[in-house]
Amino acid sequence: MLGSESQYVQYLFSGLTLGSIYALIALALVVTFNITGIFNLAIGEFVTIGALAAVTLRDVGCPNVLAYILAVIVAGLVGTLMERATINPARKASVLTLIIITIGVSIALRGAALLIWGTHPHTLPAFVHAAPLNFLGAVLIPQSLFVLGLAVVAVGLLFTFFDFTFTGKAVRAAMMNRTAAQLVGINPARLSLFAFTFSGVIAALSGIFITPITTATYDMGFMLGLKGFVAAILGGVTNATGAIIGGVLLGVIEAFAAGTLPSGLKDAIAMIVMIVVLLTRPTGILGER
Amino acid sequence: MGSKKNLLLIVIAIVVFCLPLIIESSYYMSIFIVIGLYAIVAEGLGLLMGYAGQVSFGQAAFYGLGAYAAAILATRCQWPPLLCVCIAPLLPSMVAFIIGRPILRLREHYLVLATLGFGIFVYVLFKDLGTLTGGPSGLTGIPYLNIGSLTLVTDQQYFYLVWGALGLTLFGMANLTRSPIGRVFKAIHTSERAAEAVGIDTASLKLQAFVLSAFLAGLAGALYAFWVTFISPSPFGFTSSVEFALMVVVGGLGTLWGPVLGAALIVGLTEFLRWAVPVALPNAGGEFEIIFFGIIFVLIMLFRPKGLLAIEKSSVAMSHPTTLRSTDA
Repeated sequence: MLGSESQYVQYLFSGLTLGSIYALIALALVVTFNITGIFNLAIGEFVTIGALAAVTLRDVGCPNVLAYILAVIVAGLVGTLMERATINPARKASVLTLIIITIGVSIALRGAALLIWGTHPHTLPAFVHAAPLNFLGAVLIPQSLFVLGLAVVAVGLLFTFFDFTFTGKAVRAAMMNRTAAQLVGINPARLSLFAFTFSGVIAALSGIFITPITTATYDMGFMLGLKGFVAAILGGVTNATGAIIGGVLLGVIEAFAAGTLPSGLKDAIAMIVMIVVLLTRPTGILGER
Repeated sequence: MGSKKNLLLIVIAIVVFCLPLIIESSYYMSIFIVIGLYAIVAEGLGLLMGYAGQVSFGQAAFYGLGAYAAAILATRCQWPPLLCVCIAPLLPSMVAFIIGRPILRLREHYLVLATLGFGIFVYVLFKDLGTLTGGPSGLTGIPYLNIGSLTLVTDQQYFYLVWGALGLTLFGMANLTRSPIGRVFKAIHTSERAAEAVGIDTASLKLQAFVLSAFLAGLAGALYAFWVTFISPSPFGFTSSVEFALMVVVGGLGTLWGPVLGAALIVGLTEFLRWAVPVALPNAGGEFEIIFFGIIFVLIMLFRPKGLLAIEKSSVAMSHPTTLRSTDA
C-alpha cells in the first residue's frame, strides 16, 4: 500500500512525463499558428508516423539510433509535403477551409497508418535497460527521464535557435507580427514550410520517446494531438513559453485527476480544462489580453 | 421560375416516395435512411454555419444526446416511443441553450476547438456513465416506434418516417431563411459587426440558431435510436462531428439543398469506398478507405472551398471575405 505522499509523487512523475510530450506538441502548434495562422489538426498523425516509422526501420535492421533519426526525417518530410501540397495552395482561403484541410490530411494520414501498420500495438525498446528508480517511495521509469530530457533539450535548442540564428529571429519576428515581418522582407511561404517541417520533427521525436512507455498504434496521435491543443490553449496560443507551461500543467492535472477519478474520464478532463480556459480566459495563462 | 421550381420539388417528392417501392435490398434502404438522418442533422448545422456564420465540430454530441435521451426514456422509464421522440430533442436543445452563449462568444479557431472539445467530452460521458448509458457496449432493447396501433418495423416504414421528418425540416428551413429572421442571419454571416451596428442582437440570434441545430440533431438521434433499437457510443464520436461539418461545407454553405446533397455524397462516398477499396486492395484489412476520404476532402477544399452548390467560381471563393474571415481580429 502506497502512502498518500508517495502516491502524489507518483502522480507528479507520470504527469511530468506525459506533460513533457504535450508541451512539445503544443510548442510545435504554437510556432505553426503564429507563423501561418493555422491550427494544424494533423499534428497528432506526425507523432504516429514518427513512432511507427521507427518501429518499421528497426524491424528492417537499422540500428536503433539510425532508425530514430531516419524516422524523424520521414515525419519532417511528411510535414514538408503537407505544407507544399495542401496548405500553400490554400494559403488565402478562409480559416474554416484551412481547418478542414488539416482535418482531411489527418484522416488520410491515419488511414495510411492503418494500412501500413494495422490495428495492433507496436512497441520500441526502452532506451536503456535499467531498473526503475525509487524516489520518495514512488517508482520512476528510466524512460521517463529520457522524455523529460528530450523536452528540456528540445526547448533549450529551440530558444537558442530563436535567439541566435537569422532564421530563428525571422521566425520570432513572424510570430510577433506577420504583416510587419513581411514588410521587412521575411518570406512567409518559406517560414510556413519551416513550421510544418519543424512540427513533423518535434512530433516524431515525441512519439519515439513516449512509445517505450505507452506503445504505439495507428491512432495514438489523435488524442496526443488534441492534448497538445489543450496545452497550447491553456498556456496561451501566442506564447511559446506558455505552451510549455500549459503542457506540463495539463499532464500534472490529468495525472492527479486520473488518480482520483474513474480512469476513462481522463480524456474528458483535458476537454473540461480546455473549455473552461476558453470560456474564462481565452488567451491562456501567459497570453496577452 | 416559380412553377419550374415547384415542378422540380414535386418530381423530387415523387422520386423519394417511390424509392422504397423500387429498392428491395435492405442494405440500400438503410443507406437511404442514414442519408435522411444525417441530412436532418446537416440542415440544422447548415443554419448555424451557412446562415449564422458559426461553426460546430461537436454536432455528433447533440445527435448522441437525442439518441441516448430517447433510448433511456423508452427502456428505463418505459415511456411510449412517440412521446420519447418528441421529448428527447429537448435535452440537446437545453444543453445547447446552456453552453451556447459563452461558447458562441468565441471565434474561428477557438470556436472550433471549444465545440470539438465539448463533443469529445460528451462522447466520453456516453462511454463512461455505464449505469445510465450502458457504457461502451451500449443500450439494447429499445422498442420499435409505434404511432397509434401501427408499429414501425420495416426499413421502408422508417424510410418514410425519416424522409418525412427531413421534408418538414426543409420546409421549415425554406420558410425560415426567407423570413425576416433568415435575412438577419445572412446579415450576421456577412458581417457580425455591421449587423450589430444596425441594432441586431447577434448574440441572441446565434444562440437561437445553435439551439435549433441541436434540436434537429437530437431529433435525428431519437429517430435513429428507434430505427436501430440498439445504440452504442461509436456513431457519436469526433469522426461523426467532422462528417457533419463536411456535409454542410461540401454541399455549399448558405444553401437549402447543400446539406442534403452533402449528406448523400458523404454517406455514398463512405459506402462506395468501403466496397471499392477492398476490391482494389484485397490483402489489406481495416477501415483504411478513410485515406481516400481524407484526400477527397482536401481536394474539394482546395478547388471548391465554398462547396459544390456554390455559384461563385472557385478562384473568387478562395479569397471570399464572408465566411469566417482569417483576420487577426
